[in-house]
Amino acid sequence: MLDMLLEGAIAFMLIAGGIFAFIGSLGLTHLKDFYMRLHGPSKTTTLGVGCTLIGSLIFFSLENGPVVQELLITVFAFITAPVSAHMLAKSALHHKLKPDPRTRGNPQELERDRPKHTVEEAPQGDSPLP
Amino acid sequence: MIATALWIALALFSAAIALNFYRAVIGPSLPDRVLAVDTMYMNSIALIVLFGIWVNNKDYFEAALLIAMLGFVSTIAVCKYLLRGDIIE
Repeated sequence: MLDMLLEGAIAFMLIAGGIFAFIGSLGLTHLKDFYMRLHGPSKTTTLGVGCTLIGSLIFFSLENGPVVQELLITVFAFITAPVSAHMLAKSALHHKLKPDPRTRGNPQELERDRPKHTVEEAPQGDSPLP
Repeated sequence: MIATALWIALALFSAAIALNFYRAVIGPSLPDRVLAVDTMYMNSIALIVLFGIWVNNKDYFEAALLIAMLGFVSTIAVCKYLLRGDIIE
């Protein structure tokens, strides 16, 4: 009975992980600009891989006692995914990739009509910086 | 039950890797390609773990951990290169 239940849990985890990873990659392929495409892999694929690893953890724990090594990859993936997403977003802003025109509000790095002036004729008074 | 779930998960992850490869080929900019390859290594970790379940062998876990660490480091290195034009300044 308990084995049956645990096998059901493993099957659920594997299929849920596969579906999550597939949806993340679908978003990576179909969304419009880079800033939208960054969402799919950094959230959904991480969750999918985490689900698959937890299913594998339950599978190997069924036979010979509890196994916790697989948790290592899960924790590593959950820690490193935001860091790499942050670095990718920073490099995209540095390269000034075009956002979708329907995006409302631009970060300061992407403003098109940024004033170009030399140091001598710098505008006085109303600085946007605090 | 596990065998069926294993086949479904393998098919879904393979389709995900094919979609990532498509994005890596057509990706209009360099960060797009880096993101696609980053996602591809995440999915390949899951594929290796699923293969380990299939052959009922625990040792494939170490290969998956190695891919996770090297993939993270290489993604950060390429991002650093795109940002600064240099990796270690």
